[in-house]
Amino acid sequence: MTYTFLQDYWWILIALLGGLLVALMFVQGANIHLMSRRLDDVQKRMILNSTGRKWELTFTTLVTFGGAFFASFPLFYSTSFGGAYWVWVLLLVTFVFQAVSYEFYAKKENLLGTRAFRIALLANGILAPFLVGTAVGTFFTGSHFTVDKAAIANPASPVISTWTNAWHGLEALGQGHAVLLGLTVVFLAVVLGALYILNNVNDHDVRKQMRLTLKIAAIPFLLFFVTWFLILMLKDGFSIDDDGIVSMEPYKYLQNFLHQRVVFSLFIIGVLLVLAGMYLGIFTKHRRGFWFAFPGAVLVVVAVFFIAGFNGTAYYPSLDDLQSSLTIRNSSSSYFTLKVMF
Amino acid sequence: MDTVLWSRIQFAMTAAYHWLFVPLTLGLALVMAIMETLYVVRKDDFWRKATQFWMKIFAINFAVGIATGLILEFEFGTNWSNYSWFVGDMFGAPLAIEGILAFFMEATFFAVMFFGWHKVSKRFHLASTWLTGIGATISAYWILVANGWMQNPVGTTFNPDTVRSEMASAQAFWEVVTNPVAVSKFFHSVTSGWVTGGVFVVAVSGWYLLKGREREFARRSMLIGAIVGLVGTGAVMLSGDSSGVHAAKYQPMKLAAAEGLEKGGPRAPFSIVPGVEIPGMLSILATHDIDGVVPGINDILNGYTDNEGNVVPSVAEKMARGRKALDALAVYRELKDSDPDSAAVVRKVLDRNVQYMGYGHLEKPEDVIPPVPVVFWAFRLMIGLGMLMALLLLLALIFSWKDKLDKKNWFYIAALCCIPLVFICGQCGWIVAEVGRQPWTIQGLLPVNVAVSSLSAGAVKTTFFLFLAIFALFLVIEIRIMLGAIKKGPQITEN
Repeated sequence: MTYTFLQDYWWILIALLGGLLVALMFVQGANIHLMSRRLDDVQKRMILNSTGRKWELTFTTLVTFGGAFFASFPLFYSTSFGGAYWVWVLLLVTFVFQAVSYEFYAKKENLLGTRAFRIALLANGILAPFLVGTAVGTFFTGSHFTVDKAAIANPASPVISTWTNAWHGLEALGQGHAVLLGLTVVFLAVVLGALYILNNVNDHDVRKQMRLTLKIAAIPFLLFFVTWFLILMLKDGFSIDDDGIVSMEPYKYLQNFLHQRVVFSLFIIGVLLVLAGMYLGIFTKHRRGFWFAFPGAVLVVVAVFFIAGFNGTAYYPSLDDLQSSLTIRNSSSSYFTLKVMF
Repeated sequence: MDTVLWSRIQFAMTAAYHWLFVPLTLGLALVMAIMETLYVVRKDDFWRKATQFWMKIFAINFAVGIATGLILEFEFGTNWSNYSWFVGDMFGAPLAIEGILAFFMEATFFAVMFFGWHKVSKRFHLASTWLTGIGATISAYWILVANGWMQNPVGTTFNPDTVRSEMASAQAFWEVVTNPVAVSKFFHSVTSGWVTGGVFVVAVSGWYLLKGREREFARRSMLIGAIVGLVGTGAVMLSGDSSGVHAAKYQPMKLAAAEGLEKGGPRAPFSIVPGVEIPGMLSILATHDIDGVVPGINDILNGYTDNEGNVVPSVAEKMARGRKALDALAVYRELKDSDPDSAAVVRKVLDRNVQYMGYGHLEKPEDVIPPVPVVFWAFRLMIGLGMLMALLLLLALIFSWKDKLDKKNWFYIAALCCIPLVFICGQCGWIVAEVGRQPWTIQGLLPVNVAVSSLSAGAVKTTFFLFLAIFALFLVIEIRIMLGAIKKGPQITEN
């Protein structure tokens, strides 16, 4: 096993975990109905009971995703988590509230009342997919940081990764392309959540509401996704040459698709599966659309990670110093660590 | 206060809060598993109901435990970004394995255990209950492998090209996994969880007896709680002994601080409280030899000869060599591409001094001394409370075994008072371990001021108060819900 093989293998694993994390956000997407006026309390409880048995999967995937990123690409963990501080803290807070809300909401001793914990679940339902989507969106727009590994030899200023503005990640909200991906993931979660509930809750009115949700959410989802994708295909990307020098290259991500047919195929299959799931939910009486859309979402996200990092691409680009950009090669753990975890 | 201090306070608060839930999870997992085994083996429905009651308490506790665990994992990156890069190659692997293997196991079987009573067979359910506890224990092992490595960084080598500590070889990982500090920490921490669980079960059972309710349930639960707690106590004492030996060997300053020992040597005394000492006892505890050398704070500052006859340099000398290493590293990084020959010469200087590179970041020798009063008193409080818990558990065993629990209101009240004390005991243990390690994040390699992220003190202060508010809220709610569940009781009809 070569070092390069192990680095690529771990990027594939990160992509897969990222894909699973996004697809498992159907839990978040389903929870947006908790404050709906079209459903009564019993129906909302049905939804909660249904997602309540799945939220741990999303949560553990997030933990695993974080742990695997730390272990395999520690420079990303160090640069992004320490730099885009507010984004990650906000994401943490929403997930922490989600974890306890399922246990607390129905208990009469919960101090804040059922409504407060439903609002917490709703907030997690919207913010978590948005923040994860926007954070992944910065893989293509770049972020404001520099990396200087020699800094550690300087006792006066030993920090290796430095964020170069005081917004610490919140500036991504001003990057239209990254925000588009954030919104895409929010509506993808809503679509997946509706398909999941449609398949999982046996109640006529709930199912009717889910089909309506699908119809409503499908439009912004497709709009945001197609816009994001078209911009991605047309924009310049962060390319790495054989010496590891990063430069801007026109149509880089389109090139990545054209040079990686397998990735392109995964992407197309994924998109078709998501569309098939939505079609079944909206235009037919089928309830099993979830089982198309879920793997489809995984495949699309995996393909997105692949075009972000493979084919000589810097997956976490720096807007302040191109040579500080993180690549699969310069940010990974050592050969032995990657091999041990293989 | 600066960023380093606020980052330390925030991490300490998160870790301390997390450790309120973890030991109870570990202890109750064992209690539940034993009760459910009794249910399956004896086919007595009483034990099913008893299991379900403790499972309800376990579940309330579990949710907050995993939520705070997530915060800890993320804080390594958000607040300790240099640390994440510098030791991510070593530290990340156990953390990732914990997530991939153990945490998934724990979470999956938790769902079967909690929701699967009438959906899976009795034996499968029993297996799920045991596997939930085993998953939590394995999870703890990997976390303590990571923590043990921070106390005794084995199997690593500094790579000046990547500027980080890296795994030295494929075998090095096994050195990390079997690090003696990690192994004894694992047994010490997990079995202290059994003590916590045992005391909690005894105290809650005592409350029912005080109220004259659920008598049979309380008596039987108390017996099991006492056995689990006492087994835990024995294991804590044994692993505590090896922890002391390891501290003497790998972190002598921590031991000196825990003892307030300024001047050490052979036949070092053990201080019970200031002014009350047992001559030679510290040497026996730390080296298993009354003539064993235990260095004091001043010995470590000025240099000494250890039990193997090695001369340990003074801190000032280590700092001088550490600065040489840092200077050599800076020059090496400048020259390695443009002038490889000169870089090779500088590399040799770096290699000769690299083991002390972390000391190069210190300002003065006294920086290596942790806050002595904190470590000293936390250590005594831990031991004193630990002995009190052992006494309580022993009495609980005798009273419940001999069925002499009637009219022992003093005992029930004492047991209830021990609930906060057993948690304080566990917290004190971690204070000794972590405050005693200061100023290092990684013993001897990376001081805290070099490990921190490039954030403003205001940003960290804001998140500190945010988490403090969230934690306080969750703790109040958790206690209220737990008290509600206890008041409701197991509702077992008794003849």
